[in-house]
Amino acid sequence: MAASKLGRWVPLLVFAGLAVLLAAGVWLSRNPNREALPSPLIGKPAPAFELPVLHEPGRLATLEELKGAPFVLNVWGSWCVSCRAEHPVLTKFAESKRVRVIGYNWKDEHADAVRWLEEFGNPFWMVLVDYEGRYAIDWGIYGAPETYLVDAGGIIRWKHVGPLTDAVVAGELLPALAKVEAAAEAQR
Amino acid sequence: MHPTRKRRLLLILALVVAAGIATTLVALALQRNVAYLYTPSEVLAGEAGDQARFRLGGMVADGSFERANGSMRARFVVDDGDARLPVVYEGILPDLFRENQAVVATGSMRDGTFVAEQVLAKHDENYMPKEVADKMGEAHRKHDVPAQPGAADAP
Amino acid sequence: MLAEFGQVVLVLALLVAALQALLPIAGAQRGLAPWMAVARPAAYAQLVLVLGAFAILTAAFVGQDFSLRYVAENSNSLLPWYYRYTAVWGAHEGSLLLWALILALWTGAVARFSRRLPPQVVARVLGVMGLVSFGFLAFLIFTSNPFARLLPAAVEGHDLNPLLQDPGMIVHPPMLYLGYVGFSVPFAFAIAALLGGDVDARWLRWTRPWTNIAWAFLTAGIALGSWWAYYELGWGGWWFWDPVENASFMPWLAGTALLHSQAVSEKRGSFVGWTLLLAIAAFSLSLLGTFLVRSGVLTSVHAFAADPSRGLFILIFLGIVIGGSLLLYALRAPGFEGHDPETDDPRSRFAPMSRETLLLVNNLLLASACAMVLLGTLYPLLADALELGKISVGPPYFALLFTLLMAPLVLLVPFGPLTRWQREQASRPMALLLPWLGVALVLGIAAFVLAPRGQWKVAAGVAGAAWVAFGTLRFAWQRLRSPGGRMSAEMLGMILAHLGIAVFLVGALLVEGLGQQRELALAPGQQVELGKHAFRFDGVEERQGPNYVSGLGTVTVLRDDRAIATLHPEKRRYASGGQVMTEGAIDAGLARDLYVALGEDLGDGSWALRVYTRPFVRWIWLGAALMALGGLVTATDRRFRRDAAHREPRATA
Repeated sequence: MAASKLGRWVPLLVFAGLAVLLAAGVWLSRNPNREALPSPLIGKPAPAFELPVLHEPGRLATLEELKGAPFVLNVWGSWCVSCRAEHPVLTKFAESKRVRVIGYNWKDEHADAVRWLEEFGNPFWMVLVDYEGRYAIDWGIYGAPETYLVDAGGIIRWKHVGPLTDAVVAGELLPALAKVEAAAEAQR
Repeated sequence: MHPTRKRRLLLILALVVAAGIATTLVALALQRNVAYLYTPSEVLAGEAGDQARFRLGGMVADGSFERANGSMRARFVVDDGDARLPVVYEGILPDLFRENQAVVATGSMRDGTFVAEQVLAKHDENYMPKEVADKMGEAHRKHDVPAQPGAADAP
Repeated sequence: MLAEFGQVVLVLALLVAALQALLPIAGAQRGLAPWMAVARPAAYAQLVLVLGAFAILTAAFVGQDFSLRYVAENSNSLLPWYYRYTAVWGAHEGSLLLWALILALWTGAVARFSRRLPPQVVARVLGVMGLVSFGFLAFLIFTSNPFARLLPAAVEGHDLNPLLQDPGMIVHPPMLYLGYVGFSVPFAFAIAALLGGDVDARWLRWTRPWTNIAWAFLTAGIALGSWWAYYELGWGGWWFWDPVENASFMPWLAGTALLHSQAVSEKRGSFVGWTLLLAIAAFSLSLLGTFLVRSGVLTSVHAFAADPSRGLFILIFLGIVIGGSLLLYALRAPGFEGHDPETDDPRSRFAPMSRETLLLVNNLLLASACAMVLLGTLYPLLADALELGKISVGPPYFALLFTLLMAPLVLLVPFGPLTRWQREQASRPMALLLPWLGVALVLGIAAFVLAPRGQWKVAAGVAGAAWVAFGTLRFAWQRLRSPGGRMSAEMLGMILAHLGIAVFLVGALLVEGLGQQRELALAPGQQVELGKHAFRFDGVEERQGPNYVSGLGTVTVLRDDRAIATLHPEKRRYASGGQVMTEGAIDAGLARDLYVALGEDLGDGSWALRVYTRPFVRWIWLGAALMALGGLVTATDRRFRRDAAHREPRATA
């Protein structure tokens, strides 16, 4: 019967339409756009804080004492697998000694953090310890690793979410750093 | 008419009618239960226009969260990098609701404030609803973020 | 070292799967016995290899080998030993390996228990299953390698999502996969039938127990997921029409229709087109579900980490498997019912008033429900692709249409078993059942009058459940009382499953109708009243756990001013990763659940609290359990195991 013969092709045609739609869906979601998360903090002053320092028990560090020269703040934890992955890149950048690299040890046990740095090497000029995440909220930190560039006046100029790669350092961090340094020069 | 053929025609007719009713019902049900997502800039530009109930997506603006002690009534501002919209909500906020994080609130506008019936926040460290990220990515491109040093938005 | 061995094992499994797919199918087409004989050994070999790979991955978890990226990302040294076994399937790569393992298990089982089937059928069936295995193994090896190394190795793993450290969450995926993957068996049989041009009662009798078992597992898996979401997520709901839930529900709907259609095809020779199509559809929907939750195409709070490149791979795989099978169907399927009277088997014709018609309506309603859920789930994607905006489809769409479609079905369920095949006089079953319809209506009216709120839902639940229960029992009674009346396992299974529907109806409708909830701020000592119960908030105490800080609340439940329960809702903040978990507290009971969850600390000692009463909610999962039991019981029917060679084979198409 002509009608039922045609009817047999309907399921295939329906599936074909569905496949086109799903392919469109895959195409549309190709850029996960996680990095599209804007930081409303760009261009705003870094939040003030008072936090203990990992290797100097009893000492509390503040934002004020870091001002005067730009610095990079790297959020990490010994529990963070991606931090492990970015560690060589971060170390290489820190060894260039172009700018201070401050560690922000987030929601981590003291002993674990110390051990992690001993085992893998310590690229940090100083390590701040925020066990409870008290100031992390103010910084807009919601995961690790995250990296900030703060200028000499304490204004946040750049933020990267996720592990640092050579490409990110070369393509984003260094140019942003150059701009910050140039702006500082211009003001002198 | 041959009885089998008559029966078949009736069957086809019945199927067509049923399909018609089904399609109408489905279309109606969809229309009444579909919620569009808008960012604050779109809402302020009037794009949410005739939607009584819609979803508002963006980031919870830094420092905007207010709630009196002992009260369930919370106020905060949703920011998309471009524009800001105040929100009021009287319910339990999700665990991971926080300033500077993505949020999707469902509700309606009343006198310039978004009255939320439901608030959804991020689900894990790196989760932002794809739809919100897409929209904010667009706002981002318009706004040339990250801003140049010495940009207009003074502290 | 062991991990690299694991990778090698997977590659070997891939090669064996290729052999299992190509040689037997080609052999069956050409009648080459040696090629066809490759199927069974290849199936066993593949099972051993995939089992080996899975064992290696499990060993890596138990031994806490953080040099494997997957292990490091999904466990850490604080994880208790028993959860290390189950963390294996906690994320994408491992759960895929579990999929592949379960597929290998089903394939092995078919290879083992198919001695009495003709070699051509066995070759084709195992060949098709081999093809599916090939796809999944390739996907694993090329895009989702569970054995990928992390160099240098992590000292400590990432914290496991606390949501996954839970018994319900552990059993749910394997149960679900046993169901999903189990539908590959009727699927493979359908393809084999289409390839061979031979659609006869033997393969149908063969497939039915497999289909029933797979369906039973799927039912249990979905029910577990619902129960877990209820007690773990803190929102007191049991079904959210979330895309991931829908992805598991659609194969279930198709599978239910398939079960019934197979029964008709096996006994009467009709509905063959439906059976073939439904077998293809059920498995295709399983594959589609796998795609949807891993590809990033849909937003859901449940979805695995999105990765569009993986999405593309699965989509191509879907295109080949589903597109290929539907093409085969279009080219080879027998015509639909109601055609040339001369060549038809006279048994396959049926009158408008007959059991066949009722089951046809059953198929149509279930298929429509499935299509409706598919539409609602994909509509946001469609709108996005067509640039109509970012849309979400709210649960009322699904709930309303599902109810509209299922209501007629509920009405018809008791009629099915009491209506004769081929031709029935409407008055006969009506006479048997009408009195019980009356009883159900009376009970419904009584419920309407007595219900303090949600009268319509309560009445519908009581009436519907009573109708289905009494109608089904009426059939059982008639069967047992008839001369020489035996209850076959198939019938018993059907009775259990249909009774399960009744129990489910009570749960679903009464909890929606009678349940109450409040979200409010309470200071210590204050209480809130919901119905007959009062909930008194007694404060929150801070405590330190092994890897978290918790606020432990105390809420005393009072009835008639007498304390009947003390509940301890909790809010935990985990050290690594900063996750916050709300642990609701439930006072469970057959007739009702009382549920309390902590909201936020409101600052002055008072807290936001969420309080629910959930009458009869457990009946939902009990009903599902009965349905699953029914499916398993049906599968044990001796008729399915009777030697196929002793039966007269039907004329082939």
